[in-house]
Order: sequence, then structure tokens, then C-alpha cells
Amino acid sequence: MLMRRAFLSTLALGVAAAGLVAAGPVSAKVEGDTITLGSAISFTGKYSSNGIHAKNGYNIAVKRINEMGGVKVGGKAYKLKIIYYDDESTPARGAQLAERLIKQDGVKFMLGPYSSGLTKAIAPVTEKHKIPMVESEGAARSLFSQGYKYLFAVLSTSEQYLASAVALAAELNKKAGKKPGDVKVAMAFENDPFSLDVRAGVMEDVKKHGLKLVIDDKLPRDISDMTATLTKVRAVKPDLLVVSGHSKGAATAARQIKELKLNIPMIAMTHCESSKIVNKYGSSVNGYLCPTQWTETLPNKDSTFGTAMDYYKTFQSTYEGYEKSVPYQSAQASAAVMVWKDAFERAQSFDVEKVRDALAATNMSTFYGNIKFSPAGNNIAKPMFLRQIQDGKYNVVTPSNVQWPLKAK
Amino acid sequence: MLSNIDLLMDSPFTNAQLLLDGLLIGALFALSAYGLALVWGVMNVKNLAQGDFVIMGGYIAVVFAQNGIHPIIALPIAAIVMFGFGWLLYITIIKRVIERDLFTSLLATFGIAIVLAQGMNLIFGPDVRVAESGFETLVLFDGNVTVSEAKLAAFLLAALLATGLITFMKKSRMGQAIRATAQDARAAKVMGIDTEKVYAFTFSLNAAICGAAGVLIAMVWVIQPFFGITHSIRSFVIVTAAGFGNLPGVIMAGLGLGAMEQFSGFVLGAEFQQATVVGVLIGVLIWRQVQQSKHRQVVE
Repeated sequence: MLMRRAFLSTLALGVAAAGLVAAGPVSAKVEGDTITLGSAISFTGKYSSNGIHAKNGYNIAVKRINEMGGVKVGGKAYKLKIIYYDDESTPARGAQLAERLIKQDGVKFMLGPYSSGLTKAIAPVTEKHKIPMVESEGAARSLFSQGYKYLFAVLSTSEQYLASAVALAAELNKKAGKKPGDVKVAMAFENDPFSLDVRAGVMEDVKKHGLKLVIDDKLPRDISDMTATLTKVRAVKPDLLVVSGHSKGAATAARQIKELKLNIPMIAMTHCESSKIVNKYGSSVNGYLCPTQWTETLPNKDSTFGTAMDYYKTFQSTYEGYEKSVPYQSAQASAAVMVWKDAFERAQSFDVEKVRDALAATNMSTFYGNIKFSPAGNNIAKPMFLRQIQDGKYNVVTPSNVQWPLKAK
Repeated sequence: MLSNIDLLMDSPFTNAQLLLDGLLIGALFALSAYGLALVWGVMNVKNLAQGDFVIMGGYIAVVFAQNGIHPIIALPIAAIVMFGFGWLLYITIIKRVIERDLFTSLLATFGIAIVLAQGMNLIFGPDVRVAESGFETLVLFDGNVTVSEAKLAAFLLAALLATGLITFMKKSRMGQAIRATAQDARAAKVMGIDTEKVYAFTFSLNAAICGAAGVLIAMVWVIQPFFGITHSIRSFVIVTAAGFGNLPGVIMAGLGLGAMEQFSGFVLGAEFQQATVVGVLIGVLIWRQVQQSKHRQVVE
């Protein structure tokens, strides 16, 4: 009780302090030659590594678009600018900050936060104020079943993340002469909207292929140990282990699979790139299957960044710490900014409703992939890709070049 | 869930593995819990930043490991650095709240916890980190049981530290002064013990113990700036169960909690691993309540 009270008081103080800082000047959506976009995103808290990947993606696109002459509306060239606030990775804070961006800062055009959970918290706010939001980091299917009219997402929805890994496991085991009912699948998913959605997709495919589910564990949010789950994995010997728990989940799983010397023929997990498991655990992660929204080897291109590979190189030379790979979280964030530019130029107006309609009619090709929104707002023109870590490199995987089964290292 | 229990029944190896993992990690819980028991018992300050001290120690090890220095060498250094840090915190903050009511010290240490967590996030970033120790894994019983050498080493070091602490508390002048102050601060003062110094030393010693525990945690698990809170809760559960001033009790409770976490994680799923900790706390509190009410009846 006392701890709770202490916590509440601290929270109240923090909110009060933030309120004081907030009483700054009020700016409008389009001033002079600047279009202001707003985003509440995670710079601190548990999602901050990916929040920062996304912010870098937004910024590089703004920079490139401005350098290339900006956004041309009504014969005039406008520059893009983004107001950021740190949502501290907490949904309640995200919703407050979205309200503040719209009401105090007068932002009329929003960019999304990181993670499905935060997007879920912010979307009702933007919807209420009829402010369009282009988001690039919230993939949960449940975002697109609420009838939102002002939410547009450039990425593929999360049930598609690991479904292809299940299909691959079914196919390979069938070729090896195993009956589907004997192919055992172990799953460990974090208990958050995104991961549970990934789980839903995996479950569907497990059923579709008639595989046998042997472990279905949920991971806590602050996961630092999963030996209990992995000990179970050793006992039941699954043919496929699926893990999804954002970057921390991937790092923890990779470390402990190595430590326990587990023999699992196929391992698939989300967030391989953003958790940098190749740098951390070297050859022990060879063979892991990792879904990705985007890869730099795709043949996509556009007039802003050039090819996917051009984007990859530009990004690496602009920001530090991305020598080994550029996370797809950054690429899709850049794509979201490009969607805004495209919509403004097609609308030839800053009228919110006209811009919204232009967004809804988006049909463009980018280095990130094709973008076309369904009436629900999700991108239906771009598939997910499955990659395998082979000798420390991420290669797009097909049944013919997959390394399988894996041996303990 | 039932199938998981069947699995346990069928396989002695699985039981052995869980027990082993639990006990090895439980020793580290016991270490930081003992620090909490000290501060709680001597100063009546319930340090909510306990877990964050642990994580700080962990980051010291991570920095060392990144520069090619083995984390075990970081152990004494982390302890010394954290001792100094504890002293600094005592002089600047804790000293001012120690005489106030419970609520003030809880609030102060909770604030420290938030500042430390966010500070570490600013310095080290939010990615999970590991202090690479280069230890391998021992394979026993045909690969049915594996023991990470890092865990084994951490366990032995924790045991060594605990032995050192017991000796220190029993034999040294400062240890005796700490115990005297815990029993009755006023009487200790009358006897010429500089209780102010004892408080400062106790708080710093706790930080040092946490720092050492953190180095070991960073070797065997992963750390992240915001993982402090779970370590704080564990320490609270252990101390509540064992009582302060009872090192053997703290060690037993720590080992027990470690093992219990593993088994509940196995049977109920990983999400209940931490829930177990809190569940145990509630159980202990109820049990204590019942015990005390019996005691009260006797007194009446």
C-alpha cells in the first residue's frame, strides 16, 4: 500500500513538472514554409532502442526530402519538421502527449510511436480529433479492426511475421518423411499486443498445417531469464522453437539457448536485427530464422532514396552503430515520412480532410516496398520476408537454401 | 500445466536442471537481500533502489568486459566504486530522511531508483547487455543437464562474499558496532558508538554488496537499465520471509526463492516466474500475521 502510494505521488509530481515545461509557445501545423509533423515516441524506457531506430528513420527522410527541395504544394516548396516527445514507453504517457501535440502544439499531421501497444493508446486520440496519423511501427492486427479512419500503417501486420517459418518447418519436415502430427512446435511469446498477435498468426498456421503444439509459454515484460522455458524445450525436444519478445526477448533467448547447449532443429524469432544478436553471440545464432518487414537486398526503389541498398548505405553513413545492419524499424519510419510527402503533393492542400483522402488513396512504390492502404488502414501491397542468419549474414531464405536442421553449438 | 507436471515426474534430469539453475541464481538473490536486511535492520530504511544498485554493479562489469577485462576482476572494483557511491548517496540524501517517517524514506529511495534507472538508460542505452565472461558450459549426463560455468563461478564467489561478510560482522569493530546499533541505536550512542558513521558505513556496505551481486548477475543473466525493480522485489520478499539479522535465513530464503522461480516458470509458464515471487510474499505475510496473532493471544 505504502509503495503504491509512494509510486502515485512520484507520478503526480512528474506529471506536474512535465506540465510546467509544456507551457511553451503554440505553433501551427503549417507556418511560413514549414510543415510540422508530430510524434510521441520512446526515447526512454523499455522500447527506447527501437524508438530511436524509428526516430533516426524519420529524421533521415525529413533531411533527404528537405535537401531535395521539400514538399511542393500550390507551386511553393515547403520544408518538413518533426516535433518529438518522449512517451517513456508507457501507453498512458503516449496518449497524453498525443493530446498535447494536437491541442497545444497545433499539430495536424502525426507520425506514429514505436510498438503496437503505444499505437493502440495514441490512435483513439488522433481519431477523436480527426487528425491523420501515418504510423510505421504498430503492426498488431487489432489496430485495424476498430474502424479507424485516420490511421494509416506502412508495415505488414504482425500475424504475418512468423507464419512463414511455420510453413517452412511443415514443408521441410514433410520432405524428411515426418508426419505433420509428429512435428512439435514450442512457442514463447511476450505478453504484449504485438507479440500476442504474432502468436495468433503462428497458431493459425500451426493448425493449418496440422502440427503439434507442445509448449505455449508467455514471457513477462521484463524478461531476464527464460531457463525454465528452455529446460522444458530440452525435455520435449520440439522441431521448431518460436520466440517473440521484442529486442530483450531475442537477446535473452539467444544467450540462454547457447548457454544451455540446446539442440533445436529450427529456431525462429522476431527482432534479431534490432537486438544485434549476431554481434553479441556470434556463430551460436547461425541458422536462426528472422522475419523482417524489409531487407536491403530487395529490388525496390524510388526517386528520394534510390534503391533499398542506397537507403541502407545512406543510413549507415549518417548514423553510428549500424555497421552490421540497418533495422527495418528505421526503413519503415522513413517510408512513413515519404507517404506524408506524397499525400501532401497529391492533395495540393493542407486541409486535413483533403490530406486524409489523399492518404487513403496512396498507391506508391518506395525503397521500402509498395504502399497501398486497405480501407482499414493497413498496407496490403507489401509482403513480410523471412531471413536466416547464415555465417553471420542475413540471407532471404527459401526451402532450397535454408540451413536445416541446426545442431547445438 | 498438468502435462508439465507429468514431464517433471518423468524426468529426474529436468528436475535436477531446474533445481541447479534455481540454487545457483538464488545465491545471488540472497546476496543483495542480505544488503537490504542490513540497511532495513540497522537504519530502518527500506531501500527501493536496491535493485538499481545491483544493475549499476552489473554495468560496471559490462564496461570492464567490453574493454577486455574479465568481469571477475571487476568484482572488487565494482564493490569499491559502489561503496563510494553509497557513501555519497548517504551524505546527500539518506542522512536527511533517516529520522523521518517511513513514507519519506520510501519516497526518497524510490526517487533514487528512478533517477538511477534513467541515468543508466542515458549512458548505456536500453539494450540488454551481458558481461561476457568467456566461460563455457559443463555438460553432464549425456547433455541432459548443463551447468553454465559462469553460474557456478558466481555461486562460489557469492558464497565467498557471504563468508567474508559473516566474519566481518562477527569479528570486526565496525561489524560489532553495526550489530549494536541495530539492537538499540540510543544505547549504542550512549556507549560511545558514532551511530552516524555506522549508518553511513552500513548504507555504503549495502551498495558495495549490491555492486558485487550485480557483477555476478551481469555474468549469468542479462541486464537492462529498467530491470532493477524485479531485483528490488526479490530482495524484499527474501528479507520479509527470513527477517533481518538472520544471514542463514536470508541465504536459505534466497536459494529457495531461486529454485521456486524455476519450478513455477516450468510448470506455470515463464510469465508466472515473477508472479511467484510476489505470491510468495503474500503467503509469507499471511503466515506471519497468523503467527503473530497467536503470539498476541499468548501475551494477553
